[in-house]
Amino acid sequence: MIAILAITAGGLFAVGAYLLLTRSAVRLVLGLALLSHAALLSIFVAGGLVRAKPPLIPDGAIAPPPDAADAVPQALMLTAIVISFAITAFAAVLVQQLVRDAGRDESDPPTARDAEDRA
Amino acid sequence: MSVLLVLPIVLPLATAILGLVLPRTTRVQQSVAATGAVAHALAAAALLAAVARHGVQAVQAGGWPAPFGITLVADLTSALLVLLTGVLGVAVTVYALADVDAARHRRAFLPVLQVLIMGVSGTFLTGDLFNLYVWFEVLLLASFVLLTLGGERAQLRAGFHYVALNLAGSTVFLIAAGLVYGSAQSLNFADLATRLPALHAERPQLVLALAFLLLVAFGLKAAVFPLGSWVPQAYPAPPAAVAAIFAGILTKVGVYALLRVFTLCFPPLPALQALLLWLAGLTMVLGVIGAVAQTDLRRVLAFHSISQIGYMLLATALVAGASPTARPVAVVAVLVFMVHHGLVKSNLFLVSGAVGTLRGTTRLQPLGGLAGGAPLLAGLFFVAALSLAGLPPLSGFWAKLTVVQASFGARQWVLAAAALGTGLLTLLSMVKIWNEAFWKAPPIEPAAPAPPLRAARCGPIIGLVVLTAALGLWPAPLLDLARRAADQLLARQAYIDAVGLARPFAAAPPTVAEAAP
Repeated sequence: MIAILAITAGGLFAVGAYLLLTRSAVRLVLGLALLSHAALLSIFVAGGLVRAKPPLIPDGAIAPPPDAADAVPQALMLTAIVISFAITAFAAVLVQQLVRDAGRDESDPPTARDAEDRA
Repeated sequence: MSVLLVLPIVLPLATAILGLVLPRTTRVQQSVAATGAVAHALAAAALLAAVARHGVQAVQAGGWPAPFGITLVADLTSALLVLLTGVLGVAVTVYALADVDAARHRRAFLPVLQVLIMGVSGTFLTGDLFNLYVWFEVLLLASFVLLTLGGERAQLRAGFHYVALNLAGSTVFLIAAGLVYGSAQSLNFADLATRLPALHAERPQLVLALAFLLLVAFGLKAAVFPLGSWVPQAYPAPPAAVAAIFAGILTKVGVYALLRVFTLCFPPLPALQALLLWLAGLTMVLGVIGAVAQTDLRRVLAFHSISQIGYMLLATALVAGASPTARPVAVVAVLVFMVHHGLVKSNLFLVSGAVGTLRGTTRLQPLGGLAGGAPLLAGLFFVAALSLAGLPPLSGFWAKLTVVQASFGARQWVLAAAALGTGLLTLLSMVKIWNEAFWKAPPIEPAAPAPPLRAARCGPIIGLVVLTAALGLWPAPLLDLARRAADQLLARQAYIDAVGLARPFAAAPPTVAEAAP
């Protein structure tokens, strides 16, 4: 299970990094979204995978069983998901503005139009 | 006591919420923002006084004991930097009242500025790695909005570059935080202070990998070479008030994070120190060379920001080393430099804003004649510029002196020479600005004599100039404070004791009453 998740995270990193290197702003935002998913998966794996052992304290005990799943990585992920959603949404709006302003989808428009602007 | 720790975070939050509810362009909105900023600065001063008198202060949010809960900690280092944030917050807020246009005010410029102040204060006060990540994101989102608010083309482009780079950096930080938890089973700084050295004894490569991940994440925030390419774009694009707060405090957050994590949590790592020293030298020299090539006032200042980060990084690298005599001097150097640079660089960006208001441009070529046209502004720029270049008797002199002393102490002759050479080039490029913008006759006579600057524009600039001169003439209080902060930071025990770690489950399970107060 860890192998599958690790390979998936690695794949997401690869695709995200590839998309980051393209000129298109829209692809760049998609790449960033994929990268944050990859990061979340890494936290999930790094925190240790435990199957079907919820971290609940049984009746009469004062601590969860020692082999129970660790709840912290999931809490971290939940926070990180909210944050990355907000920032990705901001980036998407920014790209929309940029595309509307430049009239085409390139994060770094070629210089012909820049030269016009400066003139 | 615990109230004091929470106030620098809660006050800006309350001010921001109030500002969002109130009508945007009214006097009430402006007074709320100004009052909030002043209150934040006063709270920060009170916190610093309390920490200086009673030692490190900590509070557990929600009442959960550390390392399970959310810890806020203030030692002298944090409190000093929160106070710097407060002072710059007041200066920039007052300046923004006059400088930022009505359209930006209608889109809640002032409340977002307060959110930025909250995020920065939170970063300085948090006692745990994951919350550091969360506060980074808070201040980043606020800075994204401030940078792009107004929607000019240059702003959108700079904003996009900045957002993309920082999003990638945040991902690295998130992975690092996850891996730190996965390998050390804790995120609390005080807890990591014992766990990471123990882990290092067992698996040194793993700890080194974690350190390098954090170095990338923090280095991006601090604009360390080669991760600082966002600075020359992000500083010139937005209004001067935004550039001022960015230059004053945003990059310091990265330096602070490096300082905190590598003094408190990680054991001395020679490989990391070697790399940091190289990066510091490159950042310093390449930044200043970039500045010499620029022809726009604000771009020159932006490149100098990168260069000056090199000095702070150099001192941070010396702190991360193992030499016990050089380390305290290096911490003093980082702290004094951060305070000096925050005040001066912020101020220079405010001056650039005033120049832009007077002449409608900040490009050096069409400027000129400001020494006669606006003698007060020229005098203020002169003092701030000389302070940046490190001439006595201004704060920059003491900042550079401590950095060079620290490098001598650690026998880093080459880097000390690089620091001195960079200071010379800084002076050169400040003289260039002086000649071009203030001294030479303007190529085209301005159509009308420049209108006098409003008090709201001049006030903050004068205030910050007075501060840099005062710190230059009476450096003893700041140096003493920095020395005490250095001892506290390096001794580590006061910080760990103040946080007061609860025993983990494995050692001795707490009673139900303890676990769920």
